[in-house]
Amino acid sequence: MPYLVHSPEERAEMLAAIGIDSMEDLLVDIPGSLRIPRLELPNGLSEFETMAQIRSLAARNRVFSDRLTFRGGGVYRRFIPAAVAAVTSKPEFYTAYTPYQPEASQGTLQAIYEFQTLIAELTALDVANASLYDGATAVAEAAMMASVHTGRKEVLVVGYLHPEYLDVLRAFGEGRGIMVKKGSEPTAKTAAVIFQQPDFLGLLVDAPELTKRAHDMGAVAIACVDPISLAVLAPPGEYGADIAVGEGQQLGLSPSYGGPHVGFIACRKDLVRRLPGRLIGTSHDAQGRRGFVLTLTAREQHIRREKATSNICTNHSLCALAASVYMTYMGAEGMRHIADVSFKRAHALAEKLAALPGWELAFPERQFFNEFPIRVPKPAAVNRKLARKGILGGLDVHRWFRELNGVLTFTCTEVNDASAIDELVEAVSS
Amino acid sequence: MTELLSFEKSRPNVHAPRLPEADVAAAQPADLVPRELLRSQQPALPRLSEPEVMRHYSKLASMNYSISEQFYPLGSCTMKYNPVANEAAAALPGFADLHPYQEEDSVQGALELMWRLEQALCAVVGVDRVTLQPAAGAHGEWTALRMIQAFHHSRGEARTEVLVPDSAHGTNPASAALSGFQVVEVASAPNGRISLADLESKLSSRVAALMLTNPNTLGLFERDILDIAELVHNTGAKLYYDGANLNAFMGVCRPGDMGFDAVHMNLHKTFTTPHGGGGPGAGPVGVKADLVPFLPTPTVERTNGHLKLDFKRPQSIGRVRSFYGNFGMLVRAYTYIVAMGGDGLTQASLDAVLGANYLRKRIEGQLDLPHDGPCMHEFVASARNLAPNGIKALDVAKGLLERDFYAPTIYFPLVVPEAIMVEPTETESKPTLDAFAAAIAEIVKEAKEEPEKLHHEPHSLPVGRLDEVATARAINAYLQGQSEDPILRWKPLRKEPC
Amino acid sequence: MAGRQYTKSHEWLTVEGKTVTVGITEFAQSQLGDVVFLELPNPGRKLEAEESFGVVESVKAASDLYAPVSGRVAEVNDKLAAKPELINSDPYGDGWILKLDLTGELPQDLMDEAAYKKFTESQT
Repeated sequence: MPYLVHSPEERAEMLAAIGIDSMEDLLVDIPGSLRIPRLELPNGLSEFETMAQIRSLAARNRVFSDRLTFRGGGVYRRFIPAAVAAVTSKPEFYTAYTPYQPEASQGTLQAIYEFQTLIAELTALDVANASLYDGATAVAEAAMMASVHTGRKEVLVVGYLHPEYLDVLRAFGEGRGIMVKKGSEPTAKTAAVIFQQPDFLGLLVDAPELTKRAHDMGAVAIACVDPISLAVLAPPGEYGADIAVGEGQQLGLSPSYGGPHVGFIACRKDLVRRLPGRLIGTSHDAQGRRGFVLTLTAREQHIRREKATSNICTNHSLCALAASVYMTYMGAEGMRHIADVSFKRAHALAEKLAALPGWELAFPERQFFNEFPIRVPKPAAVNRKLARKGILGGLDVHRWFRELNGVLTFTCTEVNDASAIDELVEAVSS
Repeated sequence: MTELLSFEKSRPNVHAPRLPEADVAAAQPADLVPRELLRSQQPALPRLSEPEVMRHYSKLASMNYSISEQFYPLGSCTMKYNPVANEAAAALPGFADLHPYQEEDSVQGALELMWRLEQALCAVVGVDRVTLQPAAGAHGEWTALRMIQAFHHSRGEARTEVLVPDSAHGTNPASAALSGFQVVEVASAPNGRISLADLESKLSSRVAALMLTNPNTLGLFERDILDIAELVHNTGAKLYYDGANLNAFMGVCRPGDMGFDAVHMNLHKTFTTPHGGGGPGAGPVGVKADLVPFLPTPTVERTNGHLKLDFKRPQSIGRVRSFYGNFGMLVRAYTYIVAMGGDGLTQASLDAVLGANYLRKRIEGQLDLPHDGPCMHEFVASARNLAPNGIKALDVAKGLLERDFYAPTIYFPLVVPEAIMVEPTETESKPTLDAFAAAIAEIVKEAKEEPEKLHHEPHSLPVGRLDEVATARAINAYLQGQSEDPILRWKPLRKEPC
Repeated sequence: MAGRQYTKSHEWLTVEGKTVTVGITEFAQSQLGDVVFLELPNPGRKLEAEESFGVVESVKAASDLYAPVSGRVAEVNDKLAAKPELINSDPYGDGWILKLDLTGELPQDLMDEAAYKKFTESQT
């Protein structure tokens, strides 16, 4: 059997050392009525046969090439440097445990401390935590922070927030008695104003104005942001938002059918005590050597127990490591270049598609970043036609927004070269 | 030896990597985006060449202990071997490159894997359905409690309390509180098991659920579990299983048969998905028929060999995260289950129990063992016999780090003073177990003869014991405006304009 | 001035006229370990006896602080913000936490020094 290590002789030796005759003596506490003869599962297989089975499952999925993927909606195909996998596949990183014993975990602790700094820099806020599960739960955690901070029980979502993030926010809010409203005007009951930049359709919103609106009513401003766009767009800290959250998948993670990805959260100084999840800080040993350590743990569930702000007891450490490697490899200049290229390609594509008969931009007066909504005749037929040419076309957003009938969102990143764009336009036009 | 930060190694004007050019005729952001929406100060990301980046992370990696190199006897964590085949499976492009919004017809293999994993987990724990959505153990726990809450609401009952043993892990009460429940503690009897008398006194029509792990956090099987289940169900409450200790009895018995209504599992414990330095993991939750309507949306359904995502679930508690689950971890766990099979999983649990009892025997006489054996897959020792020498559980843990072992869990469960919780798992050989026992003996000897030496361990790692108190105080000084050093991040001296 | 009195949740108090000074005991601080932070109420806040009014945090634990009497917060020890370690080094002196203007009666079940000593012995 795979991964089992004892020989029959060793098992016998261990039984003898314990002073018993058989394994049954160790299972005496289990009532006989609960014992099962076997598991209702097939027997195990060799690695060869196992992998054959797994590969056949993988083969039943259609993989679209990155250059011909134009669908986003929160998960994007990007250039992932080989360096990322080279680092995250190091067993010292991926088989390491949570860094509770800091002396034996300085690698993980320093890498995630660097992640915290990178996210804080990107968002221009004071402190970021060691990561969360995904963008959706990050939004929910930020809303809970705001509720605890202000003592208020309502949060206001303004504009097109990712519908799945909204769903998660509602699910979390229900357990905590927090009401989620959609609208544009906060009231004295509003704990937080939440907006996404660029929004779910890819459009730019007036983030500074929304932030001011929140503050005028004593509410917290929560900006859900695209990390690549922050190389070019004003980050939340520059327009005074209190909390920044978002999805870090674009920072070196594969789409992987939706997970695991990585959520990030950063905030201003005076909200740091409310931050959920793990935090890593600098420390020193008796010889004055600098090291890193999990800190402010008294906020967390395992100590505060029922008084914690959140129950999150973990982070997506290996994914945060991937993001760390990505941002360090790219640098500010590399990320800016990627953001510029994505912007330009998306605008070039938008111009070409909008020129097609019956196709028109859904919000022509609005600016977008690298994703845009466009109204098309027969969206399902369009995507079927594209799929036949190996192209993953736009995302049909009507499934979430009734007012957006016939609207698809298309995205471009640095992986969609100019000829891929031409292939898409040609495929649609034919 | 510690390492400089990437930020500290950064130098001006080191070239950015070469990246594709736009090659299209289009405006740039500065031309179209209003000034106030454009970034004005550059983020102070490091400037390093690729060779430096790779060396930086290799140096960091060398400062980590990991299961690939060290034995991790961490109680309740099930640090077993992470099969490399799982990594190969998850990296297959047919999984890694799938976009979550692809049409369902194009991802039948992925949906089939999820469906098969669900079936396999149902078989292991004895439930009717399993949600694969939760991203972590605590996340799964909260999901289960929400389903239980929704169940009671659907019957017009607003049950406000959740019962938790005093020996429970801190996530239990935190997850309960997060769902708006009031947490009531149930006492342990002197033998370490939950006190039936105390449980009975605390059960009422206000109680939504009792949260239990079995074996409990002392590694002891709750013999009275059938009586406990009956007591709980008689009051209309639900019984929740914390799956931290599932490794103790796969193929031997099943939580579902014991009467548990919601069964939480950790794929990163029992099912070998790697810990990654703290995550990602996955915390699926199995449920019996009563709770099925409340499962998170979507579920995976299979009809005539065709798979689809079911979003039409009117009583569902909704979404607990974006998309469908930590799919990459689901692939790893499923690969493990296929490789092990029913026979392998059963033997794994038997070996886990055997190894724990063997190690417990070898530790006898060295450390205090507060509860009578046999244990299941883990046991709790106490360092309080070393208190006269001024030695605590923490010192024993640091002594193990010095001797190339990762430390066991310490200071948990709270009901045992100076607790040391040991779970060897089935993937540790007898020579490794013997070496660990020898290290413990050496530490105990040092505790009695040279306690000062033990107080200063570890000294052969990149850093010695860190002053966590000073760190916490320094952060508070920063938060109160008394200091400029944020502690929680590196800060640039100045910012460059864009 | 009456001597120090103690509560079951390990607070101490002294009474001078209508002013009650409150802190946590030597036993409590030794259980907590090095204090790193306190979350305290603002002056003016009204407290009921046994109401939780704040938190004292160490690296490994966070404990709620309970008002031993009903009263209005008159003064909070502002030295504790910068030097939380005063709770450890001088819990009965410079580590005092707050002063309350007493409303109503003192509770009946406060312990004197000897009774509290016995109480803590039974806890360990």
